[in-house]
Amino acid sequence: MPRLVSHPDEVKIVTRRFGMGAEKIDRYVELGGYEAAKKCFAQGPEWIIDEMKASGLRGRGGAGFPTGMKWSFVPKQSAKPKYVLVNGDESEPGTCKDHLIFLHDPHAVIEGTIIAGLAIGAKVGFIYLRGEYRYLLEIVERAVADAYERGFLGKNIFGSGTEFQVITQTGAGAYEVGEESALMESLEGKRGIPRIKPPFPAVVGLYGGPTVINNAETIAAVPHIIAMGGAAYAGVGSPRNGGTRLFGLSGHIERPGVYELPMGYSLKKMIFEVGGGVRGGRKLKAVVPGGSSTPVLLPEEIENLGMDFDQVGKAGSMLGSGGVVVIDDQTCMVEFALRTISFYAHESCGWCIPCREGTDWLKKSLTRFHAGFGAASDIDNIQYLAENMLGRTFCPLGDAAAMPTIAFVKKFRKEFEDHLNGKPCPYAREGVPQLTVV
Amino acid sequence: MSPETMSIFSPALAARFDALVQKYPVKRSALVPMLLYAQDEIGYLSDAVVAEVADRIGITELEVRNVASYYSMLRFKPAGRYNIQVCTNISCMLRGAYDVYERFQEELGIGHKGVTADGVFSLEEVECIGACCWAPAIQVNYDFHDELSPDHVPGILSGYRGKARVEGSR
Repeated sequence: MPRLVSHPDEVKIVTRRFGMGAEKIDRYVELGGYEAAKKCFAQGPEWIIDEMKASGLRGRGGAGFPTGMKWSFVPKQSAKPKYVLVNGDESEPGTCKDHLIFLHDPHAVIEGTIIAGLAIGAKVGFIYLRGEYRYLLEIVERAVADAYERGFLGKNIFGSGTEFQVITQTGAGAYEVGEESALMESLEGKRGIPRIKPPFPAVVGLYGGPTVINNAETIAAVPHIIAMGGAAYAGVGSPRNGGTRLFGLSGHIERPGVYELPMGYSLKKMIFEVGGGVRGGRKLKAVVPGGSSTPVLLPEEIENLGMDFDQVGKAGSMLGSGGVVVIDDQTCMVEFALRTISFYAHESCGWCIPCREGTDWLKKSLTRFHAGFGAASDIDNIQYLAENMLGRTFCPLGDAAAMPTIAFVKKFRKEFEDHLNGKPCPYAREGVPQLTVV
Repeated sequence: MSPETMSIFSPALAARFDALVQKYPVKRSALVPMLLYAQDEIGYLSDAVVAEVADRIGITELEVRNVASYYSMLRFKPAGRYNIQVCTNISCMLRGAYDVYERFQEELGIGHKGVTADGVFSLEEVECIGACCWAPAIQVNYDFHDELSPDHVPGILSGYRGKARVEGSR
């Protein structure tokens, strides 16, 4: 069972019911659950979207698109049925927040889905979980069944005369399916290959109908926003970055865990106070601020950095999925870069050539380099190759592989140079077998 | 689907699949879950599994194989009864995942995608499993084991060996 952590600086909104037995419907209702959905029936779709806009909530999957605006793009009239699709294909390395949401508060996801459905006029919502999350899928499916039994889902929800169905779905192992158009392909029973945009999902989405796709954390925040009011939620965060975020602290950190902190919270404080600092009293070498696809930051770059989409963007990286990976001074950054790119090479769906070939070549180059077979020209070639992947693929996976690679080379060039001349990795941890030239 | 007697799946799973194709606006949406649940029961996607799933969805076997080959959890060869999946991605790597992975290799005498001679275990190095804050983490089939060190490995293995003996004697 994943360990829950706590810190006095936390503002518990989405995590408010964690560890309180709220996966059981009676307990969820006792804790104020499904009241937000009832309120939305009384107020109507326009009011919901206005509250969501006022909340400043931005997509928690990584892109940070304003949720209220996304919902407002769905056409009011549609010949084809509209859908809500909850993205629980959580696969970005460094990210495990949705894991906890499904485990502790599955009804918040269901209630958020109902509210999204009301806002856009959909009668069906899908909750898609990655295949590895089987035990969480079983918890969500139990919750959905309980909600049907209570009449919170079905033909006549809350006795309102409105129909809303929730359908759960399992994936079967694919990072790429976290991309919204690949997610729809997978849900339609196909290979998870991205679609060209436009048309955007809000107009032509699942089964060709207008579709709103939101991350599970985004959807879980919705009932809380409705309950507390959009403006109050916005007030918790920083300008244009409403509310809180579930930050996952992992890697070389003293107290790893998922912490709910206000948007704009200092990254330095997050590492050194909330997380208890670098493990074993070591020095901080670098930090990946928002999942493995976000460019690495140096200690001097986080000095006055607030964790919101705009500030991290200005610092040359991205807030991404909120997965903060802390790296100590005994880590080989070439090895770290290699492990990062190996992941993207494994997960590239192969649809776009720059991504398919680029990730493979980067992996080969970095493998050779880390083993001590690198040439000086490789360093520039790695960067050149990565730069030429940027913006040349249907979906952001190509960028997700290229952006961190560029940052590793730029910021740790010396470590790359130190790997030249056939020497074994000079940064290898003690006791780890060395790759040697044969 | 035709009568249950013609299915290669257990009556419970066959009944579940009958319901699954009704669950979605489009029948084909049942494909990926059906393949995964079939694999859970049969152990892998055998020719017979592919044929029956194709028949149930109403698509060709080639289309089934085309989709199945995309997903990393789906396999066309048997694995061990307990498939040990060791995450070595960044958050786990930084906290010693490779040491854990090496210990599994030593204890089992198999490498990546290997199966032990008795068929009880298989081993796989996998990408992020969504347990980064409880690293290093592994999954044995669908069970998570968190915050591991190499010293946990023998205990985990003997636990599953015991389970295999109990299940095998049934």
